[in-house]
Amino acid sequence: MSNLAELAAVYAQLSLLAFGGANAIIPEMQRQVVDVHHWMSAHEFAALFALAQAAPGPNMMVVSLVGWRVAGFWGALVTTAAVATPSSILTLLVSGVWYRFKDATWRKALQAGLQPVTAGLIMASAALLIQTTAVDWTAAAVTVVTAGLFIFTKLHPLAILAAAAVAGAVGLVG
Amino acid sequence: MSETHPAPTVFDLFAGFFTVGVLGFGGVLPWARRMIVDQRKWLTQPEFTEMLGLCQFLPGGNIMNVTIALGSRFRGVAGAVASLLGLMTAPVAIVIALGIVYDRYADYAPVHRAFVALSAAAAAYMLSAAWKIASPLRGRPLAIAVAACTFVAIAVLRLPLQAAMPVLAICSTLLLWRFRA
Repeated sequence: MSNLAELAAVYAQLSLLAFGGANAIIPEMQRQVVDVHHWMSAHEFAALFALAQAAPGPNMMVVSLVGWRVAGFWGALVTTAAVATPSSILTLLVSGVWYRFKDATWRKALQAGLQPVTAGLIMASAALLIQTTAVDWTAAAVTVVTAGLFIFTKLHPLAILAAAAVAGAVGLVG
Repeated sequence: MSETHPAPTVFDLFAGFFTVGVLGFGGVLPWARRMIVDQRKWLTQPEFTEMLGLCQFLPGGNIMNVTIALGSRFRGVAGAVASLLGLMTAPVAIVIALGIVYDRYADYAPVHRAFVALSAAAAAYMLSAAWKIASPLRGRPLAIAVAACTFVAIAVLRLPLQAAMPVLAICSTLLLWRFRA
């Protein structure tokens, strides 16, 4: 029960920090889940993140998966609801009046100011994840090669993820 | 196409976003755009782009926020809730099913190795997203400096996000506004 309350508190806070979606809160999520609450190891967290990438749906799915891992079905429900509710209420309130301020100076200034912060946050998310997933040189090589494919080709992301998983299963990685 | 399509019912909203959730491999945004603009014609392309712009600016998942903004525009709070539940139901069930499968077979060597490789590729996917999000900063030294400070604060110094984010956002807004190009 205390786990559920702690999960709710952690994810309700993360909700209002998730500028650009779950990607921005991965480092803080990892810090809370691994370092602060010791619910799992960094490797387990990276594995859950990978699982969530392999599933359809919003990139918030890692949240449900962490909840499920920590406290089962109710954990998944609590984390998903906790991460969705505060930001949804904010969106509900703001979306009604937003268009009125389309040309307002403060809106443009805020939009411009948030952009580089969001970029830096997501770079940090990627760096922290790579630090965890590069367990040996073969895994690091997978990251380098697939990053090139994700950025410079039009291949479906799922095809790239699947190819990596197959390469691992047949023994080329790990 | 005509501007006056009948407003979707609460059930339409749930059903439309449910299909987006089921199909949304590799990210729901393209699937949501296809359903809302091309298939069900709830919004025109410019209307959708404008709504997405707002939703990216607010915290929370971008398309989760779109479900709220779009659902509430047509059917108030009930529409917002129905849209969000529609989007989330199938993916949550699928991801938990994957988790159960992973738990059962994690000790089996090929499965373990597959997940080592999958984790490495998923991290690369994040890197590619960072690359795309950072690309508008090219040629803007001040914006790049702000992004670098953010990176160091979070990835190197490991500062808590809820303390660092407001400070960074306010400093960045004031700085970029003061020296705007």
